[in-house]
Formats: sequence, structure tokens, C-alpha cells
Amino acid sequence: MLLRGRVHKYAKDNIDTDVIIPGPYLKIMDPNELAKHAMEGLDREFVKKVKKGDFILAGSNFGCGSSREHAPIALSYAGIKAVLALSFARIFYRNAVDGAYLLPIEVDEKAYNEINDGDELEIDIDSNTIKDISTNKVYKMKPFPSLIKEIIDAGGLFNYTPRG
Amino acid sequence: MVGMTITEKILARAAGKDRVSAGDVVFANVDKVMVHDVSGPGVMMVLRELERKGKSIKVWDPDRVWIAEDHFVPAVDKIAAENIVTLESLSKRFGIKKHFRYGMGQYGICHTLSHEEALVLPGEVYVGGDSHTNTTGALGCFATGMGHTDIAYVLMHGRIWFKVPETLLFKLEGKIPEYIMAKDIILKIIGDNGTDVANYKAMQFSGSAVKEMPMDERFTLTNMTTEAGAKNGIIEPDEKTIAYIRERTDAPFKVIKGDEDAEYEEVFTYEVDRLEPIVAKPYSPANISYARELSNVEIDKAYIGSCTGAKYTDLLEAARILKGKRSKVRLEVLPASQSIYIRALKDGLINIFLEAGAVIGPPTCGACCGAHMGVLAKDEVCISTTNRNFPGRMGHVESKTYLASPKVVAASAVTGKITDPRDIS
Repeated sequence: MLLRGRVHKYAKDNIDTDVIIPGPYLKIMDPNELAKHAMEGLDREFVKKVKKGDFILAGSNFGCGSSREHAPIALSYAGIKAVLALSFARIFYRNAVDGAYLLPIEVDEKAYNEINDGDELEIDIDSNTIKDISTNKVYKMKPFPSLIKEIIDAGGLFNYTPRG
Repeated sequence: MVGMTITEKILARAAGKDRVSAGDVVFANVDKVMVHDVSGPGVMMVLRELERKGKSIKVWDPDRVWIAEDHFVPAVDKIAAENIVTLESLSKRFGIKKHFRYGMGQYGICHTLSHEEALVLPGEVYVGGDSHTNTTGALGCFATGMGHTDIAYVLMHGRIWFKVPETLLFKLEGKIPEYIMAKDIILKIIGDNGTDVANYKAMQFSGSAVKEMPMDERFTLTNMTTEAGAKNGIIEPDEKTIAYIRERTDAPFKVIKGDEDAEYEEVFTYEVDRLEPIVAKPYSPANISYARELSNVEIDKAYIGSCTGAKYTDLLEAARILKGKRSKVRLEVLPASQSIYIRALKDGLINIFLEAGAVIGPPTCGACCGAHMGVLAKDEVCISTTNRNFPGRMGHVESKTYLASPKVVAASAVTGKITDPRDIS
């Protein structure tokens, strides 16, 4: 699977679900409505500049806090195809994969430090490589564990058939 | 071959295996499931979408499922009211009998109900559509939060995948000073070790201080394991756990404990004797100071509520400090469930709060998640018994929430500044 898009870099750890989609919007189930408020607690300009297929790059423990699936939904419907981060909070990771909203991709410090806001990336999740088209550098992404890769390939948990 | 932790043993049993080890990915059977007015409508949306695609929809075992109305109740607006109607359709269509409706007797915050009503038992695997599902692990069960797609999957299949977590063991030793609560201890642990110390891991608590704690206090420890990133928080059952369950149900259960030679990824020891009251400053539960270091911080509001800080013991400890005193700032008290509210009323606690000037709210998550019931304005400062203080958590993104124990919150209400409970007469 090959993804191509532009990076929105938030050089911060612990970007929590309260800033990804603030609590008062949890009543809302319409994904397009949620998308209008994506990242509202951190960057009100985000929804204006994000384009379909874009990526977010952030520090460690991305998506910590609540179990609200509204968080990956809001990002996904705002256009985000993958979040690249040093690490993820576990429920955000599960929700992103099982609901097939976006790909949570773990990157190393080198990629995190060197990839710039606005860079154009090409991500190949079969060869686990991230190519920064803007700087012409190539980085490794952490491969998905086998079950996670199988769920991603199936298109979410409901389309996945457990073995055995 | 090394032994297994309690978390590994529960997951091994539920996966039908003799043993599992940290890192294994297993499909395990689930014993209990919870949805509420935020996750329930999402679950219903997923199920309706499957139905639209031609799948037949049914819940694998309606008696193992229960529904709470807690976040936006009493319905705060039209959307919230529609969500409650959706919960009704969920329980009616699938025959889910345990639906705790507001205004119809016992209801309250889902995590509080999970233990107050003994809806979950020791040794079980319990998943809830809320991150603080970890709370219930103080009963000695495996309890973890998930999103609504995962919960919908569990409702249909009765099982789901888990990665068996490594366990961090926190030994809490010594006698707990009378001005210290479990909230101080867990804030200290998160402050010392960070909000991702337990990411994907189990946090287990043991030691003489845990043994001494009443169940309500133990639930505060496991509740806030979520703020350390933990997959689950857990405490092995003892005689207090069993008595707590037996006061509430005759349902059979099997106590599971870890092996003597169980392997822990890391062991942390805390001597609680000399611990001092702790406050987490904006905007992270790990951003801790001693309450005394913040004694010049003026507050606009004191909030006693949530699954973390409005159990009966929380209200009792706050009332002991507020008795015969007036609050200098806005004081809000929201008991975590109807049964706690009734007990606090009968025991005179509600009267103490009212005479202190408090407004008493209905059981609801309320302002803890910025939903309603006293959300904060720009620059407003609140000291709160709740669990999170991220930007915008309780209202405006530039409001400020300080997290503390019910004793510290009550003492601060009395003086209008952040106050160590030892410093008021």
C-alpha cells in the first residue's frame, strides 16, 4: 500500500484526545461534523489547511486520554490518512486500526526530527519505508505487528477473520 | 518456567489457554461489557451499518451487557436527548435488561455503577466503551477501555483480540497518614514516572497501604492508571474485596491471583508514611507539586465529582473538612451515583455541603469532561477531584484545572486558595 501526502507537524508529546476533538463534541456522531472540529484544542487553522491524504507527524504518546473513537474519526474525515508519531496511546491505536480510519505509524527520532512541517511524503507500508520527497531522504517506519497488519489489510476488525 | 501475573492468568483463562505471556496476542472471551451515552450511539451506528450491508445483527449474550447514562444527562440538549433515545433502542432491540436510566432510580457514572452494583466480578474480563474502565480492576478483574467499533465487535462475537500486557508492580508500603488519600498516591506515581510509563501495560498495586485502603480508595488508584497510559489497573482480591462483592450479590465467581514467582517488568516501591498532599497543575496529571508549594494560587471554583472523586468515601472526607465552614469560592458537588447521593443525604453530608454554600448536581460526568454542569470560562481556575486537566478538558481551552484529593479540594474551597488540609483549623 502506497500513500502520498503532505505533513502537518506538531512537535509535541502527549497530544491528547481532548485537543484532537474536545469533549462537548462527543454528542455528535456525524463524522463530517466532527471533522470540522479536528485538532481544535491545539490548532484552529488545521481544518482550513488539511487536504485529503495528508499526514500528521507528532511526538510520543499521541492520542492519550479518552477512548473516544471520535478522535480518529475526526482526523480521518478531515482528510488524514496516517498519523506518524514516536509512539501512540493504546486506545487511539486500536480505534484507528480496528475502525480502519487511518494508519498509526511509529517512526524513530531521526524521522521525527528531520521531517519538516509541509514536507511531501511517500509511505510504503509493505516495505516499511517513508520517503521524504521534499528533502529526498528515506526513513524506516516500525513494521506493524502481524495481527495489526492483517486487520489493516482486511479493512478493519469486522472484515477480519481470526485464525484458529 | 516462571509463573503468571493475575492479568496473565485471567487472560489465559479467557483465551482457553494454559498459559499466556506478555506480548502474546490472543482472542479472548469477554465476560462483561458496558456502553454509555457517548459510546452507545457509536456502537449502534456500527451495528446499523453492518445491517445495511446485509449482516444479521444480534448481541451474543444480552445478560452480560449493561448500559449507563452518564456523560450528557439529564439530556443537556437535543443531540444528547437523541442519544438517550438511541440507548433505548439498543436495550429494547437486543433485550439488554441492565439499563440504568436517569430519573428512574439507581443510575450514575458507569465506572461507579460497575462496582457499586457488582456488575463485574473478580477474575472476569470486562471491556467498556470508556477509557476509565480500568477503574473496575480494583475488584481483581481484567478491565480495559475500548472504542465503539471494538465494543460493537464484542457485542456481536463475545470475544476480541488483546495483546497480553507486561505488568508494572507498584508496592505501596506503610501507614497512610490521615491527610493523605489514594489520589495523592496515584498523582505522585504519575508525576514521578510520567503519563506514558505504563503505555500498553498493566499497573498492579500491592502492599500494606493497599491492604489498609477501603475499596473506594482502591478504585481511585486503578481509575487513574488510565492517566499513566495503562491498558489495565489491577489489585489482587483480598477479604475486603470479597466482602464488598458479597454485600452486593450472591453471583458465583472465582478469585484469581498471580503466582508467587510471577514475572513483573518492573517493581516500584513507595513508602506512603511521609507522603504529603499533592496537586497536579495544568495541563497534565504528571505536572505535580506539593499542595503547600501552591498556597498562593487563588481559585475560582472547587469541584467534587466524577468516577475518580465522588464516591461515598470521597464525599465523606470532603464533608469532614467542610463541616461548619463556608466555601469562599463556587463549590460544586456531584455524587457519582444515585445510591451514593441517597447515602450522603441520609448521613448528613449533603446538608454539610449545602450549608458550606455548595450547589449539588445530579450524578453525571458533568464538567469533568467539559460537558455541562459548571464548565470553566477562559482563565478560570478550578481545583477538582477529577482525573484529567488537559487544555480545555473542563471548559475553555485557556481555563486551568488543578487535580487533587477530596480533602485538598475541600480545604481549598474553605480558604479560596490551594490549601494543604493540615493548614486549616
